[in-house]
Amino acid sequence: MKIILNNKEEELAGDTLTISELLKVKNFTFKMLVIKVNKQLIRKNEYDSVLIHDGDDVMVLHLISGG
Amino acid sequence: MTFEEIKKILKTKTVGIAGCGGLGSNCAAALARVGIGRLILADFDLVQEGNLNRQFYFYDQIGMLKVSALKQNLFRINPEVRVNTFDIRLCQSDIIEIFSKCDVIVEAFDKAEMKYMILDAVHNHLPDKHLVMGVGMAGWGDNNLIRSRQSDKLIICGDEVNAIADENPPLAPRVGIVAHMQANAVLEILLGVNEHQIHS
Repeated sequence: MKIILNNKEEELAGDTLTISELLKVKNFTFKMLVIKVNKQLIRKNEYDSVLIHDGDDVMVLHLISGG
Repeated sequence: MTFEEIKKILKTKTVGIAGCGGLGSNCAAALARVGIGRLILADFDLVQEGNLNRQFYFYDQIGMLKVSALKQNLFRINPEVRVNTFDIRLCQSDIIEIFSKCDVIVEAFDKAEMKYMILDAVHNHLPDKHLVMGVGMAGWGDNNLIRSRQSDKLIICGDEVNAIADENPPLAPRVGIVAHMQANAVLEILLGVNEHQIHS
């Protein structure tokens, strides 16, 4: 499937992927993550249940300290 | 638009600034200079000597509440700006209450946990508001790593990688760049895209 990940087109194996699987595949290992799928904010307890499909727009933001 | 036309629009606008450290104090100063109508400032902290390497305060303000010192400094730039201050450690319900009348909210906290908290609060309770966040600005150099991106009403400014650490401290130049990028994003939201600008 093809998705938009952080504004870039990304080709991934399979038809669907959970958020947890996507994070593993893309090696996002940070603690403080913000994930949006098609503009919807996904909570941590939904990472194993929310599925990403072909054509989805996914944003992964790593919140880091400083300001 | 001429500056007079710009000021006429901005005079009617309110911007909330969550945190008055390096990002918040410098962003507020830029917005006061261009004639924003009202700023709502929130921070619980006092000005400390260690803040002066990047934050918009002066040596003789050490020990003052940041929101009071910033209000003073903003009036010295533009006496017409209206300023509301809240010297509190913001929680979700405060954010929803004090920023509900803002046209735009600027996230200017230092801690990642607080950044998450405001994003969660605005996304769930103030979904019609734009939130302009600052993420990643520690250290020096690498100008071109600093950028911004948007997802719906969320705008992220910063390099998204450089967290503060003992060996990677926040310093005036990069913090100031991100603070001004946030102010610039606020203007684009309030004034619309500048049609007279050259976009390469």
